[in-house]
Amino acid sequence: MSADMDTAAGRARRDQASDRPDQRPARKRTFSGGSPLVYAIALVVVAVTLGPVMYGVLGGFRTNAQLAEDPSGLPSPWVWSNYAGVLAADSPFWGYFLNSTIIAVVTTAVVVVFGIMAAYPLARYRFRGREALFMVFVIGLLFPATVAIIPLFILITQNYQMGNTWWGVALPQAAFALPMTVVILRPFLMALPTELEEAAQLDGTSRIGFFWRILLPLSGPGMVTVGVLAFVGSWNAYLLPLLLLQGDMRTLPLGVADFSSEHSADTAGVFAFTTLAMIPALVFFLAMQKRIVNGLQGAVKG
Amino acid sequence: MTDTVVRSADRARARSADRRPEGRRGRAGVWRQRAEIALFVTPALALLVAFIVVPIATAVQMSLYRWKGFGPMVDFVGLRNYVSVLTNEVFTDAVVHNLIIVAGSILLQLPLGLAIALLLNRKMWGQGLLRTIIFVPYVLAEVIAGVVWFQLLQPQYGVIDTMLAGVGLHGPEQGFLGTPEYALWTVLVVLTWKYLGLAVILFLAGLQGVPDELYEAAQLDGATWWQVQRRITIPLLGPTMRTWGFLSMIGSLQLFDMVWILTGGGPANATTTMATFLVNEGTKRQNFGIAGAASVVLFVIALVLALAYQKFILSRDSKEGGR
Repeated sequence: MSADMDTAAGRARRDQASDRPDQRPARKRTFSGGSPLVYAIALVVVAVTLGPVMYGVLGGFRTNAQLAEDPSGLPSPWVWSNYAGVLAADSPFWGYFLNSTIIAVVTTAVVVVFGIMAAYPLARYRFRGREALFMVFVIGLLFPATVAIIPLFILITQNYQMGNTWWGVALPQAAFALPMTVVILRPFLMALPTELEEAAQLDGTSRIGFFWRILLPLSGPGMVTVGVLAFVGSWNAYLLPLLLLQGDMRTLPLGVADFSSEHSADTAGVFAFTTLAMIPALVFFLAMQKRIVNGLQGAVKG
Repeated sequence: MTDTVVRSADRARARSADRRPEGRRGRAGVWRQRAEIALFVTPALALLVAFIVVPIATAVQMSLYRWKGFGPMVDFVGLRNYVSVLTNEVFTDAVVHNLIIVAGSILLQLPLGLAIALLLNRKMWGQGLLRTIIFVPYVLAEVIAGVVWFQLLQPQYGVIDTMLAGVGLHGPEQGFLGTPEYALWTVLVVLTWKYLGLAVILFLAGLQGVPDELYEAAQLDGATWWQVQRRITIPLLGPTMRTWGFLSMIGSLQLFDMVWILTGGGPANATTTMATFLVNEGTKRQNFGIAGAASVVLFVIALVLALAYQKFILSRDSKEGGR
């Protein structure tokens, strides 16, 4: 395979060289050009990646009889009843959707507000113990929620009296997202120019006023990035909601899992339910793609 | 950089001091600053204490008692819970399963992710769309991906068995997830499908950081595409790959959602992970002491592996003077 790629790339390179002999090649053009082989591999990758998802989407348009008769066929005829059933007014889908949304919004709001507040003095105040305080958050990165899950379950249901509530899930999720948030936001705040503070102080603005009126508006991009990461994390979370939420309080991932085990005979229904549960995350991802990817890359570059 | 920021901030404060006496760094100023810091940091710290520090401390405490979840912890058993966790074959197997997932994820996703990233790192039609598509599985909840795959992998009726039958092969009778010999590997394949996109996106970002001049120089020297990748691109991608490996390892050690949905840890504990073990002990059997000990062991294993990774693999980056 490598030999094939060699020649293909080589050919592309030679073509290009003869095309534009004196021009400096543009960024990443050096070994550019899609050879048929590259497109073929790309198609395989797309098929494997999207295949399972598309199968679920199409499966929701079939009947169980169709699925049993020819598992790998296309819908014929297309039926809407599976999707309509999930979206009916009395379907539990809407309740799960509401719970997921509220928990994700509360988690995101708490993470962003508490995170930027904590990052501000860590980035722009000078005081003894600042690095030690920052280390508290760095060490927090080492404790995954899984390790604390059983005691969390006991503490939240018995001691904090927040079992089966939105807050009971949102607050611990926010707590476990905070270390990463502070670690991402601090360098972001440090990078803002010092002249801002000087100017604010000349104008007689206090440091708290500076935080509100200057720092917050300028940190928009950083806050959106950590907010998106917190939102996606909360929206997809399973373990903590699994232990803490029952009945009408369940979130979408719990709803999907329970629907799939309760209606295991209704494969088409499961596909329809699962597909509809994916849509919010996919729409959100498409809208926020840049932010999500930047956030993850920021985390890696750390 | 921190220092310069801080120092000039101080200078600014000193400069404005004559105009605003309350801004001077007197005793009152110091207290005022402390109060401000406390105001800003306390909410976050309170949350960390209530939902991370206290639960972790409770996990350690629980691990030393025999406790069924109600009433005070009184039945102190010392390290006996640890002994029974570490001699429990289900748990030691779970540790092995986690390690297989750690190694398997890296061994599968690193070459595949690298190959796809190198492939996409060229000007081609539909590149943006391709990048979006490849990232889709990562954005889906593990549970949702798991439920879809569970249906695809149904024995006989599932589309995967049907497709195999189409080419004359037969899946195992109990299905890939129902046969102990295949179950863990099947979970690994599904996880690879789910997380490959993350590797690709991160590697692509790393490739953006490789300076064009290097490619041009190599091209002038007559290097082939393959030589360029092997001698320039892949070595320069080192820091990105190493950091990705770290994230992947930590994630694999905490694996829960996908296993819980696909197999629930079965069949015959063939796919139990440390996390499914401790959730099972804690919620289904009310063995909180055992669950606590398993939590602590999970944390220690994760910490030791993280430190080892830091020492032996990530430290290369700082030695090389990388990012």
